[in-house]
Amino acid sequence: MLDLTYETPKPKVIAGAKHDWELVIGMEIHAQVSSNAKLFSGASTAVGAEPNSNVSFVDCAMPGMLPVINEYCVEQAVRTGLGLKAQIHLRSAFDRKNYFYPDLPQGYQISQLYHPIVGEGEVLVEMAPGVARLVRIERIHLEQDAGKSIHDMDPAMSFVDFNRTGVALMEIVSRPDIRGPEEAAAYVVKLRQILRYLGTCDGDMQHGNLRADVNVSVCRVGQYEKYQETQDFSHLGTRCEIKNMNSMRFIQAAIDYEARRQIAIVEDGGQVVQETRLYDPDKGETRSMRSKEEAHDYRYFPCPDLLPLEIEQAWVDDIAARMPELPDAKKARFMGDFGLTDYDANVLTADLESAAFFEAVAQGRDGKTAANWVINELFGRLNKEGHGIGDSPVSAAQLGGMLDLLSKGEITGKMAKELFEILWTEGGDPAEVAAARGMKAVTDTGAIEAALDALIAGNPAQVEKAKVNAKLAGWFTGQVLKATGGKADPAVVNAMVAAKLGL
Amino acid sequence: MSIDVETARRVAKLARIQVDEHDLPALAGELSNILGFMEQLNEVDVTGVEPMTSVTPMRLKRRADVVTDGNIQELVLKNAPDAREGFFAVPKVVE
Repeated sequence: MLDLTYETPKPKVIAGAKHDWELVIGMEIHAQVSSNAKLFSGASTAVGAEPNSNVSFVDCAMPGMLPVINEYCVEQAVRTGLGLKAQIHLRSAFDRKNYFYPDLPQGYQISQLYHPIVGEGEVLVEMAPGVARLVRIERIHLEQDAGKSIHDMDPAMSFVDFNRTGVALMEIVSRPDIRGPEEAAAYVVKLRQILRYLGTCDGDMQHGNLRADVNVSVCRVGQYEKYQETQDFSHLGTRCEIKNMNSMRFIQAAIDYEARRQIAIVEDGGQVVQETRLYDPDKGETRSMRSKEEAHDYRYFPCPDLLPLEIEQAWVDDIAARMPELPDAKKARFMGDFGLTDYDANVLTADLESAAFFEAVAQGRDGKTAANWVINELFGRLNKEGHGIGDSPVSAAQLGGMLDLLSKGEITGKMAKELFEILWTEGGDPAEVAAARGMKAVTDTGAIEAALDALIAGNPAQVEKAKVNAKLAGWFTGQVLKATGGKADPAVVNAMVAAKLGL
Repeated sequence: MSIDVETARRVAKLARIQVDEHDLPALAGELSNILGFMEQLNEVDVTGVEPMTSVTPMRLKRRADVVTDGNIQELVLKNAPDAREGFFAVPKVVE
């Protein structure tokens, strides 16, 4: 492993009419646990089913039904905790969070307020090479998701689907260590990356499988340091919570808007009211969810239907022993083993599929060349055509085979690009395709030399010019490449021209 | 701790229980009695005693991550006052 020592990024400062202000942000990420069945019932978690078909009597809260916990969901929460270097609580317990809403048939959500399964951990959020924020995780608890209401199918009615009701969620709560909109987005990106590496949440934000509540407050410069020293929140401003965002862009826009709104209030002599707000992407503003205010009295109490959840250290150790390589470690390894730059290593470890593809290409080959081809040629082309790495027309083996031809000098860089194009559109074995299409670099230096000697002999005037101005030697290279039908390696020709002309 | 009429009204609203205005004082009194009894229990010194969650030494029952239930849309919707196209239909709720 490389030695990872990071500088702390500067907090975002917003200039108000009177003062400079800093932002203080804490996040609650709701991540849907990847599992087959729900947290407390045997109904499926699959999406896209008929409404109310992935629903058991437990999920729709029929009288007398009792929850039975899905052990795999517990394992996933433990795995997530370990991935965030967090304490695992061998004893946790479930509580009822009571509120009324049509998509919550029980009238309460089973959650873990008092004794969460995972305690304090951390996430390292890189903002630039060598610059990173260490965001502390306060806790992770398991809870049930609610159902889905559809409001636009009928003018007077809302339609409710309980398919999602009871699906397991992990609520991952950070400390207020995030200091700007970009950091907030980077935090979500990093957390999502870790969860996907762990296989504990698919991170699909579009379908709401990962969504964020963001707590935002503003404070004068210097106040945050006082908070960090004392952990006393009174040094910070009053916070507002922006609920339920599922896009990095909206998260940033909402934080920026909310911070400016609060600054305007405080500079105007007013006071920020602690409340829940909703971001409206169409208007680009946050507004108060007044209806949530009274409902906020959740009257939590221990869930009488569930005994405390006790797990064994040996089981936790077993999960720990089966942990995959995580993004930070993989990135460090790619930089160390393959000599990649920070940037390239970030791009290639962004998700597991890309990382595995690159590793297959780079294994036993030059890492930097492999990275260039995977990032610039392959990813560039995939993006352009809207493909993911999973459905790349060119496999890692094909790209690797092509790179072997290139590194052995059997094809030139130009030919490699042509070959890549053919592999992309028509497929095939790189060596066979190259042979069939007559793609063969002239490696016979004798032939190159002969062509060059003939040129020198036939163009004494050009020789004289090139000796005066070395740039003009390029003419010889061009002519030789022409004479060999573009099959000679320009680098080889260049070197030979320079040697022959004594440049 | 005693529950006043205002608190009783709020708790009833949160629980979506409709209580007539003239029943509130009696309800508040009953709730106060319950809390009073709890306060009496609070007088017992339980320092160092772990809260008891079960009278028998039981381990929380677990299930495997296997789909064993669902696909009973008709039964799930059977008692709904109104259901359309597989959905529960409820009076409009929009934030």
